Amino acid sequence: MAKKETFWRSVITACGMLIIILTLAIGAFLIYKGVGTFTVFHHSVAEFLFSPDWNPADDFTGGGHVGAAIFIFGSISICMLALLISAPFSIAAAIFMAEISPRLSEKIFQPAVEIFIGIPSVVYGWVGVTVLVPFLERVFHLPYGFSVLAGALVLAVMIFPSITSVSADALRSVPEEYKEAAYGLGSTRWQVIWRVLLPAARPGVLTGIILGLARAFGEALAVAMVIGKKLAFPENIFSPTNNLTSAIASDMGGAAEGGEYNLALWTMALLLLLISYVFILLVRKISEKQVRKE
Amino acid sequence: MKKFLSLLLAAATILVSASACSNTTATSSAAAPAPAGETGSSEASAAPEKVTGSITASGSSALYPLVKDAISKFKKINPDVSITLNAGGSGTGLKQVSDGSVDIGNSDVEAASKLAADKAKELVDHKICVITMAPIVNKDVAEKVKSLTTEQLVSIFTAKTKNWKEVGGPDEPIVLVTRPATSGTRALFKQYALNNQEEASNASLETDDSGALLQSVSTHKGAIGYVALSYLINNTSVSTVAIDNVEPSLENTYNGTYKVWGYEHMYTKGEPEGAVKAFLDYMQSEEYGNSVETLGYNVTSKMKATK
Repeated sequence: MAKKETFWRSVITACGMLIIILTLAIGAFLIYKGVGTFTVFHHSVAEFLFSPDWNPADDFTGGGHVGAAIFIFGSISICMLALLISAPFSIAAAIFMAEISPRLSEKIFQPAVEIFIGIPSVVYGWVGVTVLVPFLERVFHLPYGFSVLAGALVLAVMIFPSITSVSADALRSVPEEYKEAAYGLGSTRWQVIWRVLLPAARPGVLTGIILGLARAFGEALAVAMVIGKKLAFPENIFSPTNNLTSAIASDMGGAAEGGEYNLALWTMALLLLLISYVFILLVRKISEKQVRKE
Repeated sequence: MKKFLSLLLAAATILVSASACSNTTATSSAAAPAPAGETGSSEASAAPEKVTGSITASGSSALYPLVKDAISKFKKINPDVSITLNAGGSGTGLKQVSDGSVDIGNSDVEAASKLAADKAKELVDHKICVITMAPIVNKDVAEKVKSLTTEQLVSIFTAKTKNWKEVGGPDEPIVLVTRPATSGTRALFKQYALNNQEEASNASLETDDSGALLQSVSTHKGAIGYVALSYLINNTSVSTVAIDNVEPSLENTYNGTYKVWGYEHMYTKGEPEGAVKAFLDYMQSEEYGNSVETLGYNVTSKMKATK
């Protein structure tokens, strides 16, 4: 009996260790590849982050320019716009699910949101490019609908379920006494939601938003299909631009392995990893605060 | 009920991700195990020697349709060969053949441009066919613009000419549609159609592959882009434009009047042997030559011009 126990215990420990090693290995590999731009081809970090001059040489002698500012700005602007569109809807949906109609939501809304999560991103991109892009062209009389707005709308739909389900969980876990006390003092339902529920659930809602943002940042396929991939800063939300993930995806197969172009793409991948670490740290900070408060 | 639903969901997710992973791989492995002894009933007319073994190839997406077609025909003659083909780009193909993870690396460009000199030296080049690139425009432009001079073409792709009326077309802004900077198609077009002038990336929409480019040009008024002729077989959604009054066609590439073409390379590490050699020979045979042309590529041996 005891033998069996140790056996399974070691199997599970091994599985756990494997995942940890894998994560560390991916991080180490990205760092190893990603710093090449700075160590092998001697570009400065400032050039990579702030210069809009992107023209790396696709060979081993280098001499090109690796300014990724357009991609970085593209990623940030699209994600922020997506969040701006998605957050109000997601939080409203979460309130509806947790507070206004829990029974209806459990039967219909919750499964619907869960199915939403399972839809692969290529489907979002495809629908975006065949429906959304022509629609934007017609409505706003654009020469082409590929734009920051198209990317943000696709992402907004994609991150909606993550923000909604995490927020709804947070709202549901607010102690019943809070609500009862507020009602006891004569609050209306709206006052309870706005003044008591939301503030109490704020860390959870924030966690949901950051998780959504992290997903939006890492999404490549769906955005790449509708963004237009023009190598320029967007003039407004109707103009096309490019972002980190799309740039990596479109050139990773063609660039010479170990060349300046290839290494610059690895550096962009490293930057994406760092950004996602920042998001994770933020989530941890927020949930730590929550624990301390309780 | 809920448990069932979530199980279903999990299963669906796994299925979807599994199919997403394998979408660009055309694996075709002959199930029949190699016969231990001579069966004596081998089709002598098709193959003098029985070819067995496995071949792996990866690389250029411009060459992918041709290799895929060749594989299916080759396997009819040699059912005991298993061949795996991947797209993934010329850079990937060259890297993989160089480090030995595939037998054949397909590339639009010469190995020396994507590999270090000592690595490129180890590879043997097989100029399997010639590919012709054509500028394509949206239908509404094609009614008035049948031909562009090289100068006009350069001016359009460097975004100096911004409206079609400047080159005799309708009064419409020009929409540039292009391929990624590392694309082999783009490199060819730049070298032979644009006199080595860099395209204006900051004014053009980039598409990942020629299929997407075709779609984009056909749906946007005033759009111009470029694809290989192999993508224009049975195509009616876009029109080609002549360069200096020479139509992009297989004939004009053969006789040397149309200049935007390049060799498609299939690289092997060292001289090919066995099944790999048989397959490369088959692709360059006269027998397969007709299929090459039907699919919109040029047969290398028929070229009058060389580069």
